[in-house]
Amino acid sequence: MLQIDQINKSYENHRALTDVSLFVPKGVIFGLLGPNGAGKTTLIRIINQIIEQDSGTVQLDGRKLSPDDIRKIGYLPEERGLYKKMKVWDQLVYFSRLKGLSENDAKIQIKSWLEKLEIGSWRDKKIEDLSKGMAQKIQFISTVVHQPSLLILDEPFSGFDPVNAEIIKNEILELRDKGTTVILSTHRMESVELLCDQVAMINRSRKILDGTIREVKMSFRPEVFQVAISDLKKDLPQEWIPKFANDAWEFTLPLSGKTPNQLLSELMDFGEVNLFREQIPSMEEIFIHQVKAAQNG
Amino acid sequence: MGKILLVIQREYLARVKKKSFLIATILTPLIFPAIMGVFVWIALEEKGNQSLRIIEVIDETDLFFMESSEQYAFTSSVEDPEEAKKMVQDGERYGFLHIPKLDLKNPKGIQFYGVENPSLTLMGYLESALKQKIEDQKLYDQGIDPKVLKEIRTDVSIQSITLGDEGEEKINDANVNYAIGFLAGILIYIFIFVYGNQIMQGVIEEKSTRIVEILVSSLKPFQLMMGKIVGIGAVGLTQFLIWVVLIGTLSSIVMGVLGMQMPQQQAMEMANPEFAQAAPDSGELASILQVINGIDFVTLVVSFIIYFLGGYLLYGALFAAIGSAVDAPSDAQQFMFPITIPLIVAYMGLFVFILQEPNSTTSFWLSIIPLTSPIAMMGRISYGVPFWELALSMGLLMAGFLITTWLAGKIYRIGILMHGTKPTYKILWKWVKSSQ
Repeated sequence: MLQIDQINKSYENHRALTDVSLFVPKGVIFGLLGPNGAGKTTLIRIINQIIEQDSGTVQLDGRKLSPDDIRKIGYLPEERGLYKKMKVWDQLVYFSRLKGLSENDAKIQIKSWLEKLEIGSWRDKKIEDLSKGMAQKIQFISTVVHQPSLLILDEPFSGFDPVNAEIIKNEILELRDKGTTVILSTHRMESVELLCDQVAMINRSRKILDGTIREVKMSFRPEVFQVAISDLKKDLPQEWIPKFANDAWEFTLPLSGKTPNQLLSELMDFGEVNLFREQIPSMEEIFIHQVKAAQNG
Repeated sequence: MGKILLVIQREYLARVKKKSFLIATILTPLIFPAIMGVFVWIALEEKGNQSLRIIEVIDETDLFFMESSEQYAFTSSVEDPEEAKKMVQDGERYGFLHIPKLDLKNPKGIQFYGVENPSLTLMGYLESALKQKIEDQKLYDQGIDPKVLKEIRTDVSIQSITLGDEGEEKINDANVNYAIGFLAGILIYIFIFVYGNQIMQGVIEEKSTRIVEILVSSLKPFQLMMGKIVGIGAVGLTQFLIWVVLIGTLSSIVMGVLGMQMPQQQAMEMANPEFAQAAPDSGELASILQVINGIDFVTLVVSFIIYFLGGYLLYGALFAAIGSAVDAPSDAQQFMFPITIPLIVAYMGLFVFILQEPNSTTSFWLSIIPLTSPIAMMGRISYGVPFWELALSMGLLMAGFLITTWLAGKIYRIGILMHGTKPTYKILWKWVKSSQ
């Protein structure tokens, strides 16, 4: 679907992207992660052909990106806005026609979206008369109304209350199921775990990891097991720092070169093993760990 | 191209549909005839209500006989200046003219006393009357018969006629040319400022509300910029055309109504008090009409539209560039300088040089250089400008417009995505030079 090869981009006094390569397959939600200033926005702007890369290529559906592809891409920027004095309907027609929709198609699409999100009664309201959350919904419609095959969403949930965020989340999943590829750039790691099939992380202009959520998590697992033992037959070593809670001794134990089965059989000698589970890091932990590791050198 | 049209359409409709546009478009032309009407009405009222002003004259030379006019009557009822002053103070007389014994070769010491400052018209009237009397007296002293004097006095006015290339004759009137040049120049000046500012505001709005990020993912920044400039220009043209039609109709209605109440000649006296004394030229109106007929309106209108649009596009691009570089309208001030200066130079040049000496070297250059030519050339055009000068000026205006648009496009495409930086001229220049 989207193939990015060896992209480089520098601004006057800093490098925004260094040899970034990515592959985003069709029909997935792809999380683009990274701290502020890492280069995400630059990458997104390059995919949107707002700015040009210094070197490297971007291919969409196997062909080099061209101005005609604007029609296929829907973009919701992080910093977004609408014309305050314009009516909802006029605004949506304008944006969708700029994307290349005919007037008739635009009207049909907008109508069905307004009905779908149950906001048909807003069509003649001016944006300045809507609440922030309402305006965000309109903004979302303007991003998807031309049925893009690639949807780029930069912090799509900011500004939404939990109810509306849920509605938008479901719309995104539905679009994905219909075959739309979604690139989701966000800091909210809980939505990454919930929504994304694959992720890539950019830090200080470089891609530092990518893969499916599971692959990433597995590659970052610390090989530490959570253990709980009751009915002790013999004393636990003090260096494991066991704590007594819920009628059992709880502690964590690294594999230290053993296989999980070996570790488990050793533990069975101490008593009744109630819990033996590998610690899998959350995306948030991986994110913070990676950013900190990069900062420290 | 289709996308530019969409932008033009949006910019146009968003403005034309506004209530403020409707109000400004309808009210402005009403104001002109209304002001005109009010002035004429006040003048008529004043003339009707004004009581005759009596001026006491003490003439110690016994040479002067002041002829009374419709407004002023002259009497000599007392001999003592102190008494006359008292009469003025008591309100019995409007003023007191004291002519002491004087040397005709060096007539000094004539004084006018009044409780209020006399109007320029009155002073001018008194001065010219006294001057003429003294001159007559001097001629008489030289032995010239007053009868002969009266016959000598002649009224001369020169009719100016220009010869065209094919020998056709055109009657000119500097006053009419002045009025047309003045109006056309000022209109273009105002138009550039008002609508240039609208471009800038529009660009800043899109930038500060971040709409622009969505827009530029749909079309090229240059298309966006051109669409905005052209769309707003179309709004300006629409407004202008509505004004022309409305002012034309309303003015003729107002003048028609007033014209019936006031004979033409009287109206002219009102407009220029000197006519009251000079023998009124009944052919004046006819000759003005003849002059207006002599003006090449096709050239005038066509040039007006070309300079109107050319000037607007040239400056409009610059306004757009400034808007794109700043985050808020208040930051724009520092970059307004290079736009304001040439416009003000052109504006001042219009009064100081062009309307005075339309064919001087300064006037020529002001009307050739693209930054000043839209205003300057419109000031010259009704006086008649050689074709090659017009062609050169318009050609350069086109080139100037292409250059500023190119420059502005370079600044615009980077500026609209830059937030939180305070650009300087140096940074703007870097943007112009950078390829992306």
